[in-house]
Amino acid sequence: MQATQTMRKLTIAKAMAEAIGQEMARDPDVLVMGEDIGRLGGVFGNTAGLLDRFGAERVRDTPISETGFIGAAVGMAAAGLKPVVELMFVDFFGVCMDAIYNLAAKQSYFSGGRVSCPMVLMTSVGGGYGDAGQHSQCLYATFGHLPGLKVVIPSNAYDAKGLMLAAIRDPNPVIFMYHKALQGMGWLGTVPGSITRVPEEEYEIPIGKAAIVREGTDITLVWLGVTVHHALDAAKALATDGISAEVIDLRTIAPLDRDTIRRSVAKTGRLLVIDDDYRSCGVAAEVIASTVEAGVPLKAPPRRLAYPDIPVPFSPSLEHHVLPNAEMALAAAREILS
Amino acid sequence: MNGTGSNNHPRLWMYERMVKSRHFEDLIKPAYLEGKKPLFNMAKGPIPGEMHLSDGQEPCAVGVCAHLRPTDTVTATHRPHHVAIAKGVDLDAMAAEIFGKETGLSGGRGGHMHLFDPGVNFCCSGIIAQGLGPAVGAAMAAKLRGRDDVAVAFLGDGAANQGAFHEALNLAAIWKAPVIFVIEDNCYGISVPKADCTAVPRNADRAAAYGMPGIHVPGNDPDLVHEAAGEAIARARRGEGPSLIEIETTRLEGHFMGDAEGYRPPGEVARLRAQDPIPAYRRRLLADGFEAGELDALEQAARAVVETAFARARAACLPGPEQAFLQVFVERAV
Ligand SMILES: Cc1ncc(C[n+]2csc(CCOP(=O)(O)OP(=O)(O)O)c2C)c(N)n1
Ligand SMILES: [Mg+2]
Repeated sequence: MQATQTMRKLTIAKAMAEAIGQEMARDPDVLVMGEDIGRLGGVFGNTAGLLDRFGAERVRDTPISETGFIGAAVGMAAAGLKPVVELMFVDFFGVCMDAIYNLAAKQSYFSGGRVSCPMVLMTSVGGGYGDAGQHSQCLYATFGHLPGLKVVIPSNAYDAKGLMLAAIRDPNPVIFMYHKALQGMGWLGTVPGSITRVPEEEYEIPIGKAAIVREGTDITLVWLGVTVHHALDAAKALATDGISAEVIDLRTIAPLDRDTIRRSVAKTGRLLVIDDDYRSCGVAAEVIASTVEAGVPLKAPPRRLAYPDIPVPFSPSLEHHVLPNAEMALAAAREILS
Repeated sequence: MNGTGSNNHPRLWMYERMVKSRHFEDLIKPAYLEGKKPLFNMAKGPIPGEMHLSDGQEPCAVGVCAHLRPTDTVTATHRPHHVAIAKGVDLDAMAAEIFGKETGLSGGRGGHMHLFDPGVNFCCSGIIAQGLGPAVGAAMAAKLRGRDDVAVAFLGDGAANQGAFHEALNLAAIWKAPVIFVIEDNCYGISVPKADCTAVPRNADRAAAYGMPGIHVPGNDPDLVHEAAGEAIARARRGEGPSLIEIETTRLEGHFMGDAEGYRPPGEVARLRAQDPIPAYRRRLLADGFEAGELDALEQAARAVVETAFARARAACLPGPEQAFLQVFVERAV
């Protein structure tokens, strides 16, 4: 391995494609299916180059038939294949949820642990670019709520590669949610912090482990996906006020790494959770409840900054007003600290 | 009927609506690209988000909607402009919605993929094939109330592979719902050619599985669409049940604006543009004895209406941020 190669920076899209390609090369049971994932390489670039390398048998463009092909993935997985399937936008889950939550998620349980379901469902999430209410949702909690599913949400390319490899190798269904604002597609704009150095060799990021991406002592900021980058910006601004913020990137919401969160809050005594999914019954509520019920002593009431309980509006003057951002995070953190 | 409205010949009406629709898209193009150059970024400019243009597909919309009344329902797709314009959606409010303005159809909440105009019973949705069930429902509402209104669901060729398509057709058939399913076959679902993802060469053949007429209309020809739709709609109004119409059409632009279209065979776009249905229809109208002066005047008037709509949309205000929280629910009438 040459140093120059291992030092290269990748977008999340490229890191995902690289991970899938490496696993396809290593394991003949891995295959990819979805809409526009072949010739186009995925609307969000995460299967680019795979068709040329592995051919149309293992890289299958599907009809617009999510019920059919995601159901087929469950059957393939039961038979020992390892399908990586794409649901282009998470907002489309409505047409195919049964295969996900009643079949994939329960295959192990109903079979007494004898039938596994080694499939990955990758799906894009998030708004902020004016795509309105049917193409901008996050729906983390919708999936995190369902037993039998693992749910990962990378905030950068390094994690995306490691989480993808771990997801494909996991014998259970893993929902891999990638945020459009981080994907690195030129036409969508990209938060620069999501483009990171990615080693060429294979490595895994364990599912269910959060990362402390910035250490601090005064307040814990818990975030996921794109909001990690808002958190880091807010933490930098707080540092200029002499406040030391610890930032946790959840990386996985199911299973949730409650230990890491509790340990951090036990140290700082203050907690702010930011979530760009709908507020009520969300991941932020789960993080706070898990901390409070464990009796972690708090110096101030914990808070969540989340997307309000309204559909995502189209007009930029509306959308940018309601989507959580670094400024809102900073204001919320200051209130907790005051 | 629309077809006997302002331009009292249905063929002139169809031509006028096609010109209006194309001019609408022609004004969208530069407006959409504002703020997105030199680096195309979908989030920027006065019209952010995805933009699916209907250039080339106008014959499908006008040939069908020429037979419709405001009380008939139309459900459209992520590619809705031509259908909305043919159905008579308020053009000012539609343009304003696409610019995300306060004066838009939903005050800027929906944008281009979520146009609702209850005044003419039009709506659309960005989720593939999900307009079909609601069209069956609208048709049944008319039937149960003893009216002879109909509903039309527009869909793409790709949508015919969605479960909802098959469920809605079966349901419409057993209920004898006065609904017409109209497939705009532009041969692609984003990058995937229809031939690579559809089990039968003609989606019209699928109607047989649901015991309803399946009509295939070749040539992207407004007159042929008009004829086929006229029969299907009259049949539905007579209480004889649903029909499926599949129209061969062409998508002259990318799937959405910014699409690099690398999946098209070389020369395809040029070939399709040479068959642009609007100039072709003008030539036919002239050959059939319509006056050039009359067509010119009609074109000018159509364009002027669109230009006014865009000017008003641009001049309108963006909604105040607090508007985002309103109308999540409808208030219950006491
Ligand atoms: C259920 C669902 N799956 C996928 C998509 C993404 N998508 C948007 S448009 C499109 C292609 C639609 O093709 P077609 O029905 O032929 O309509 P066209 O775009 O050609 O007008 C796809 C796959 C979606 N919006 N909804
Ligand atoms: Mg199509």
